[in-house]
Amino acid sequence: MRTLRVALAVVAALFVQTTLSPLLGRAAIVVDFGLVVVVFAGLTMGPAAGLLTGSVTGLVQDALAGGVVGLSGLSKTLVGFASGVFGTMFIVTRPVPRYVVFFLASLVDAAILAGLHAVFDARSWPPAYAATVARALFNAAVGVAVFLAVEFWPKFVERRKLGKGRTRVRTERL
Amino acid sequence: MTLPDIRQRSGYLLLAVVVGHLILISAQVNSRQGVPLLQGGAFAVYSEVQRLTYAVVDGVVRTWDSYVALRGVRIENQALRRELDTLQVQQQQQQDAVQRSEELRRLLELRDVSGLQTRAAEVIGGSAVPDARFLTIDRGAADGIKVDMAVISPAGVVGRVVAAGRRAAKVQLLVDRNAAAGARAGDARAEGIVLGTGEDTLRLEYVSSTAEVAVDDLVVTAGTDGIYPKGFAIGRIEHIEKAGAAYALIRVRPAVNFSALEEVLVVTSPVPSGREVEQ
Repeated sequence: MRTLRVALAVVAALFVQTTLSPLLGRAAIVVDFGLVVVVFAGLTMGPAAGLLTGSVTGLVQDALAGGVVGLSGLSKTLVGFASGVFGTMFIVTRPVPRYVVFFLASLVDAAILAGLHAVFDARSWPPAYAATVARALFNAAVGVAVFLAVEFWPKFVERRKLGKGRTRVRTERL
Repeated sequence: MTLPDIRQRSGYLLLAVVVGHLILISAQVNSRQGVPLLQGGAFAVYSEVQRLTYAVVDGVVRTWDSYVALRGVRIENQALRRELDTLQVQQQQQQDAVQRSEELRRLLELRDVSGLQTRAAEVIGGSAVPDARFLTIDRGAADGIKVDMAVISPAGVVGRVVAAGRRAAKVQLLVDRNAAAGARAGDARAEGIVLGTGEDTLRLEYVSSTAEVAVDDLVVTAGTDGIYPKGFAIGRIEHIEKAGAAYALIRVRPAVNFSALEEVLVVTSPVPSGREVEQ
């Protein structure tokens, strides 16, 4: 079930990244939704899930983006695994630590990807540190938001259910 | 394998996934030589396997070849040794033939120079007893050989014929203790008589005390004995002892190596007598 959820999350992230980004504006272009899903999977499900999620997500991103297939797959695999290991070693339940994890994961992903491009890809570009940091900040923010949404969504649904129940009881009393 | 198992072995899974990605990337990226990295890497690995395989197989083949070749070498070695032995024998025979040819040439030259009538003879035997110094030659009375004929060699005087059979003759060497020859020594031409000692040396006796001889003077035949022609080398003075004014001992080293004689010349022409010589 969790695997299916992760798979759906990956599909959703890629859908948002590729289809809805024009509608979401510049933030959607900057944010790597796939990376957010990978780090989320690693933190919540462990290293194996993190690396598998990262591998699949990265491969799909590579396939859709063109160029050498496997560069993003490899970087996100490593990031997903590292996130999983980090999640098992430390308690990351508060927003700030999560923000830091997402932020560092974004930087690591960017660094690995740049290294892989330098090694395997003939096309190279000058490092854009500001853009990388900005993307890491946005990724972290989205990641924390996703965590909050995922954690608060069941409670929200339950409250709504509880709220509907109370209203029905009052109505019956009246 | 269930998912929990995979999670427990996430390290191996990570390694497998990373390797898979690297292979995937390598298949798409070309090297500097224009060959995909996967192909180049696979070829590099495969070529090392080939190299290792070739080294092993080549080593086995070489070892086997060496073993087989070693057996062949052994047989060949034996054949070569036999051939070498044969060639060494042939070489010795050829050297012997060359040496004999040279000796014969010198004999012919001697015959031409001396103007004497000679007959070449081959030494076919030695002395029956060690004390007597004799030779046997393969020429005898049937060849005109007579007693008291001088026997010479390119090096000098050998001796004289003391017995002549029909087909062989006995030659008394000059070193025989019963042999003697008239001689002259040195530039002073000091006359004397050379006597055999039975050893490999000669004695020069009856030399006048007034005559001056010295060590290393050449001693030649005087031609006064009626046997040996005049002027043939006998040897060189090796040692001189004097007793007062007279010579006590003059030892002469023979010019001829008597132990190595193979070919000799027998002087068949009459040798002038002493008186004729003096005249």
